[in-house]
Amino acid sequence: MSDTVLSTLAFTGVPPRIALVGNPNCGKTALFNALTGARQKVANYPGVTVERKIGEFLSPAGTRVQLVDLPGTYSLRARSPDEEVTRDVVLGRFQHEAPPDVMVCVADATNLRLHLRLVLELKKLGRPIILALNMMDVAEARGCRVDAAALSAALGVPVVPTVAIKRTGVVGLLDQIDRSMIAMTATLPPSPGTSSCGWSEPSALDLRAYHQEVETILAAALRDAGRPSLATRRIDAALLHPAIGLPFLFLVLFLMFQAVFAWAAVPMDMIDKGLGWIQAVAGAVLPDGLLKSLLTDGIIAGVGSVVIFLPQILVLFFFILMLESTGYMARAAFLLDRLMGGVGLHGRAFIPLLSSFACAVPGIMAARTIENRADRLATIMIAPLMTCSARLPVYTLIIAAFVPDRTVAGGMIGLQGLVMFTLYAAGILSALAAAFVLKRTIFKGAREPLLMELPSYRLPSPRDILLGLLERARIFLARAGTVIFSIMILLWFLGSFPAAPDGATGPAIDYSFAGMLGHALAPLLAPIGFTWQIAIALVPGMAAREVAVAALGTVYALSETGDALSGSLAGVLAADWSLPTALSLLAWFVFAPQCVSTLSVVKRETNSWFWMLVMIVYMTALAYGAAFVTFHLSSALLGG
Amino acid sequence: MIPPLPGPAHAATPSPATRRAPGPAPGTSSDPPVGNDCCRLGVLRKGQRAVVTGLDDSAVATPLPPGELERRMIEMGLIEGARVEILHEGFPGADPLAVRINDHTLALRRAEAHAVLVTLG
Repeated sequence: MSDTVLSTLAFTGVPPRIALVGNPNCGKTALFNALTGARQKVANYPGVTVERKIGEFLSPAGTRVQLVDLPGTYSLRARSPDEEVTRDVVLGRFQHEAPPDVMVCVADATNLRLHLRLVLELKKLGRPIILALNMMDVAEARGCRVDAAALSAALGVPVVPTVAIKRTGVVGLLDQIDRSMIAMTATLPPSPGTSSCGWSEPSALDLRAYHQEVETILAAALRDAGRPSLATRRIDAALLHPAIGLPFLFLVLFLMFQAVFAWAAVPMDMIDKGLGWIQAVAGAVLPDGLLKSLLTDGIIAGVGSVVIFLPQILVLFFFILMLESTGYMARAAFLLDRLMGGVGLHGRAFIPLLSSFACAVPGIMAARTIENRADRLATIMIAPLMTCSARLPVYTLIIAAFVPDRTVAGGMIGLQGLVMFTLYAAGILSALAAAFVLKRTIFKGAREPLLMELPSYRLPSPRDILLGLLERARIFLARAGTVIFSIMILLWFLGSFPAAPDGATGPAIDYSFAGMLGHALAPLLAPIGFTWQIAIALVPGMAAREVAVAALGTVYALSETGDALSGSLAGVLAADWSLPTALSLLAWFVFAPQCVSTLSVVKRETNSWFWMLVMIVYMTALAYGAAFVTFHLSSALLGG
Repeated sequence: MIPPLPGPAHAATPSPATRRAPGPAPGTSSDPPVGNDCCRLGVLRKGQRAVVTGLDDSAVATPLPPGELERRMIEMGLIEGARVEILHEGFPGADPLAVRINDHTLALRRAEAHAVLVTLG
């Protein structure tokens, strides 16, 4: 009979869907990786910004099964956008998406008291459930003995012991999935959406009743509770120590930054050279004309200017994934909660803000883990003030042109480095100040409570880290290939049309729409000391900040590219600009919302044009104000 | 649902190790004085153990709807009968707290820990 049922399943055309549900820190993602391997893709749920992770595998009976990894949650009473997705998928509330046929509930065997409550809540929905009793190896090592058969009898659902990071128990789980699918088609006529009506938010009384039930079940199934992790306790005694904890955290962050710049330098250089080579080949092969200009100046240069950040983003995410999978990330939030609280931010805001030093795009995306909407919006709003790596080329160029390469403080500190540090510090301090103001005006209200599990420390599995990195790379490249690609083409169009008239003396960009825009903006920017050349460069600079450097090169009609351009451009700028103008431009770049990718991700993550506009207005106002003050103050001080 | 406060016998005789918690953190100044401070998780210090006797979030300033903090706490394992121990304290102000609850560890701030009624021991 099983064969016929399975073949009927296969014939319906739609593969059966299985959802992985569980508390955070239960090893759900590791189990997802163990089941699907690299056959996974990430998309977005329609209308919301939560990532939808889907993979496929072939069950032992030969059925193609679709597996959905749902965001971790402690309860179906969702608190964050991520958890809402879990609730809505499980309850079948998503339009165009049937509820999962079978739910695989993942629970940490060492922490059943907490994890079984969610299992009971899910069981009440009346859908087929399998309990994957994960981290059995850790449980055994700690002397915790769970009787899986007794647990299954007490719970009334099949129980499969697994060790996801070692891919142990996966075969047993697959067999059970097959059995559950057969049982499902044999007993349940498919009637999607019926059981979701049966769910209502549990009251405090219901929750207590669930806990009672868990205690009864554990009394029957838990042979030995085991000992809590002594290693975790000892490590925490050092890493959460009031005197050691914060210095250690800052050391970790410092190493992370060093790595983001040091490790990424070589691959970035290779990408840069590769792009230059492609550009040169395309330039040599293609006939002069629009197509060549679109391909080399528009597409290759434009998309390349974003793709070049891939190595930095991967190094950054390598650290973030390591910190998360070892369990240190929650400790970092714990250590910083009080400090971040000083400006009204949640301890978790530190991850998005940290990511923003590489690029605000992943930073803003990382804000999803913040439960409270006001906290989340405040974090998104200040994330672009962190000095992202795209500002570096601009800073480097201007510093090289205007700041003498000498040391101060008795040869201890390089002046150029000091200026660079000041620019970073200005970004951080203004972000904190902005958060302080935002949390006291627009996002008023008491802080969201901190109720965060501190998971036991764990050695991460290299395979899971690698799969996580691949996923990040795919998401980033997909963005570069779609949104950013189209914006680059638009900006190329603005910079290339209309073409310069015959016999024109100035550079071609001067006659284009970008040039017209720049000239129109010039009077507005004159009070902050910007020349009309800067005004023009700022228009294509909207694509990405570092493009402004290339644009300045174009405006000053230089033909070199790359390092040669920076070198000679610095000389031209030093001769053409006053020092106050240069300082004013630096101040502008600390604040200006000079990046369409960031703005588009803000629009997407907040699901509103309003917050994107708020960001443009407040950052532009800050940038203009800071540049204005810098220009006039330095002019007065320098007697210019 | 607000369970009754624990009997005064526990409250009146705190263990000798009991020290007063530092003054309320800036965010908690709006907390009205609580009848029996030593019976709230928020006043315990590092190393102290206790058993949860009830939850009362009426005195805690929170942006959450009424009763929501209580439900979240139950979901995180803070429920009557749970054995708790303060493992670590944050910095500065010995806030937030890392609390061992039966088999897992939870981080929470003192302000909200005031909603958890405990008896020492």
